[in-house]
Amino acid sequence: MRFDSLVDSVGNTPMVGLPTLSPSEDVRLWAKLEDQNPTGSIKDRAALSMVAQAEQDGLLTPGCTILEPTSGNTGISLAMVASQRGYQLICVMPENTSEERRQVLRMWGAEIVQSPAAGGSNEAVRIAKQMAEEHPDYVFLYQYGNQANADAHYRGTAPEVLADLPTITHFVAGLGTTGTLMGAGRFFREHKPDVRIVAAEPRYGEDVYGLRNVDEGFIPELYDETLIDSRFSVGERDAVRRTRELIESEGIFAGISTGAILHAALAQAAKAVKAGERADICFVVADGGWKYLSTGAYEGSLDDAEDRLEGQLWA
Amino acid sequence: MAIEVRIPTILRTFTDGERAVDGKGDTVAELIEQLEANHPGIKERIVEDGVVRRFINVYVNDEDIRFTGGLETAITDGDTVVILPAVAGG
Repeated sequence: MRFDSLVDSVGNTPMVGLPTLSPSEDVRLWAKLEDQNPTGSIKDRAALSMVAQAEQDGLLTPGCTILEPTSGNTGISLAMVASQRGYQLICVMPENTSEERRQVLRMWGAEIVQSPAAGGSNEAVRIAKQMAEEHPDYVFLYQYGNQANADAHYRGTAPEVLADLPTITHFVAGLGTTGTLMGAGRFFREHKPDVRIVAAEPRYGEDVYGLRNVDEGFIPELYDETLIDSRFSVGERDAVRRTRELIESEGIFAGISTGAILHAALAQAAKAVKAGERADICFVVADGGWKYLSTGAYEGSLDDAEDRLEGQLWA
Repeated sequence: MAIEVRIPTILRTFTDGERAVDGKGDTVAELIEQLEANHPGIKERIVEDGVVRRFINVYVNDEDIRFTGGLETAITDGDTVVILPAVAGG
């Protein structure tokens, strides 16, 4: 396949079967390899879509500075796209994210503003919103509330999945900004409404939830719960265990959030087997494992890996 | 055997700092009533106008109850109920 530039090659990722982890001929699992995007994650789609929309709306012109709260992947994708289009990028990022993500961001020329570990991405969002108010000249794409994020999956990810797997029964993806599930959910509701849309959200250690009161939570503006059918909260241990199973059984080297997604996908598979129903379950491999090697998730015992991940934003 | 209820940091003032307490009930609603009896004041931090509060998520065996029947979701001994505030991912 040939493209005019790297940015033009975003999307159209492969889908591969999971011959070992699929429970039977009738209940099969399929991995959509989003790690094969140019910067190595599904976020390339959202970043490119948000930048293209802002350019089209006349908000983003050469020399502009983009501001974004991100735990890593969206920032990395934006940094690459921005570097190719002549924009500056400032990322507000929680300090408890992996060192690799910081190095990669700096490599593509992004500036990083650290937000406190306690409060996780909530704090990054809060600080970024405040900075956007103080600097009206910054272009605040804001992935949690930007329709172009979800549109990338409505136009790209979901139609690709349906074309490769017309017999799909379940679509399983991670729930962060909610962009993937909102876009894909809307697409399947319109084009194949019997597909069950399943969300897997990471459940972090205590610190990340250390909010002052129950009215200070955060729900992305994009989120519409009518577009999903079930939602799972997956802790470190299950996420790491499944990440390792994916390598050992299928040879797929994925990031830790993908382990959480696979965990939810396998639960759907088990349900289908128990009910005696046919299922073709597609789940998203959100990124590769490279950026998480320093977290220690890939070696030693599960207990050790779980301990090392405590307090880190691993998704 | 009972139902394990995991309490988030922000609600531990009601449970004397306990991270997890034992609960009983056939539904999440019954469980929360029983929690309230033992830890007065906790219910209104979880439930508002008969539904789970907007910024609180309740999971039975890791599944969000908003998609399994809400507060009427059935529970049995051995289940784990996790209560968490909604936070940003991404």
